[in-house]
Amino acid sequence: MGNTGLYVCVSIAAVLFLIPFYLIVRNALSTDQEITGENWKFFPSHVQWGNVSELFNDPLVDFSRSLWNSFVVAVLMTAGILLVCSLAGYGLARIPYKHANKVFYAVLATLMVPTSVTFVPSFVLVSSLGWIDTYRGLIIPGLFSGFTCFLFRQYFLGFPKELEEAARVDGLGYWGAYWRIVVPNSLNFFAAMATITFISGWNAFLWPLVIGQDPSSWTVQVALSSYMTNQTVNYHLIFMATAFSILPLVFVFLFLQRWLVQGIAQTGIKG
Amino acid sequence: MSTTTTRGVARPAPAKASPARPRRGLRGNPTFNFWLFTGPFLIGLVIFVFVPIGWSIWLSFFEARFTVTPSHFIGFDNYKQMLTNSDFTGSLLTFTVFAAFIVPTTWALSLGLALLVHRLRFMRAFFRSVFFIPTACSYVAAALIWKMSIFNGVRFGLANTIIGWFGVENIAWVSNPSPPWYWLVILTVRLWLQSGFYMILFIAALQNIPAELYEAASIDGAKPGWQTFRFITLPQLRATSTAVILLLLIAAYQAFDEFFNIIGNKATWGQTPLMVLYKTAIGSGQDYGAGSAGAVILTVLICLVTLLQGKIMGFGRGEETK
Repeated sequence: MGNTGLYVCVSIAAVLFLIPFYLIVRNALSTDQEITGENWKFFPSHVQWGNVSELFNDPLVDFSRSLWNSFVVAVLMTAGILLVCSLAGYGLARIPYKHANKVFYAVLATLMVPTSVTFVPSFVLVSSLGWIDTYRGLIIPGLFSGFTCFLFRQYFLGFPKELEEAARVDGLGYWGAYWRIVVPNSLNFFAAMATITFISGWNAFLWPLVIGQDPSSWTVQVALSSYMTNQTVNYHLIFMATAFSILPLVFVFLFLQRWLVQGIAQTGIKG
Repeated sequence: MSTTTTRGVARPAPAKASPARPRRGLRGNPTFNFWLFTGPFLIGLVIFVFVPIGWSIWLSFFEARFTVTPSHFIGFDNYKQMLTNSDFTGSLLTFTVFAAFIVPTTWALSLGLALLVHRLRFMRAFFRSVFFIPTACSYVAAALIWKMSIFNGVRFGLANTIIGWFGVENIAWVSNPSPPWYWLVILTVRLWLQSGFYMILFIAALQNIPAELYEAASIDGAKPGWQTFRFITLPQLRATSTAVILLLLIAAYQAFDEFFNIIGNKATWGQTPLMVLYKTAIGSGQDYGAGSAGAVILTVLICLVTLLQGKIMGFGRGEETK
């Protein structure tokens, strides 16, 4: 394929991929009349920045509260998952315990049962613990991700042994070697995993939907969803809300995507 | 073949290490350290994954409406109920059709994008970002854009506006199950959201294909383009393709967010199994027994399909090139 042909193709695809973002920006900054009007307006004639304060002062949905909830959940979940799953992944990858393989297969087995299928009994368990409408209920059940543990294990299997052996010679045990040598040399991968975890924590819908029943416990995704079941449809509000729900992630993403791309390549899924 | 070229850089043979000091006490003890490292994770896994699974299986054999500590054992009645429930069986069909469409198209699109981006010399990072950035968007947000703006059934939706330029009547994309236009809506949402991520996997794999293979092929007279793609590129991507398809299948099973938000839980069509379970267990009926039975059925199906896929495509082992 000629070079120009290549760039034409890829540019057309890029335009198509960017259309949804264009729509968000256009609708968020328009009036409802411009959105629902007879002729397609490519951009509002006057940018309606007032829509922002309208969103945050909406008496029906406490949007800023939901943004805060999402933030707390995503951050705590990322920290928790990184801590717990990386330790487990390292243990499975590097510690010569005789039953390690059996434990690993047990963890793998949980991947067969997708987390969303266990949501019925998980919901029952969490509600009998009294964790409905709490941060605990939103965060803790999600910390034990077999998939993340698996990815960490794959990564640690490929970690250069010489570094750990050098630590061993210096008298460090497994714990010391892990925190003083392995982790500091794996920051790229941790950054990639942090990005993935933060994004999925922020975007989670089903679990916050069943756990956050009172509107003050809603995360931003649940709040967004509620806009679609409202009686009156305020298009500009809906799209402004969507814009704000995506904005933090786009920032996180643009800054960290280099590590994300590297990190995915490093898990060895490629082969 | 898959084991020889993965990391690229050959590691120098480790120099003979001086003998480690004898490990006494807990610090070097493998058993202690193993449980120290994996303990928190495993405890949580037991409490929040294994216990719910076990409890669910137990519940599925009981009459369990509005209660999670039932006393009325009813054997396989819940299973019979779910398997004869037309909502549930209909949802299994919906899901099968969905997976049959979404998996190959996402695979093809992400591979296609990867091939395009891989060949770019100029502005590669920019285009890669453009295709990857929808991953940052949630299913709820995307469902919202798709339902309210692109495929809105009224005349000011983007799709209707565009077909209006060609003189075609408005189409009610999501409110009418026949003709089933909603499939276009559902599939394109997920395509947009997912392709970028899998494109990254394919790009990484493409970068690992040694250039010598292509040189050798052209010496042997292979024409660049379709021939090299079919006989060099595609087989080299086999392991990645398997992983991608497996991940796509698993993701398709969990389809809930976009169906819930675009089609809604109240409709009788376009329901995924998970939505039916949601309605059964958490809706007005609160039938935890039947919901659990449905979950077990679904899990068994998933295991069967993934095992089948593994058998057909090999569990990620590469294929020898002829």
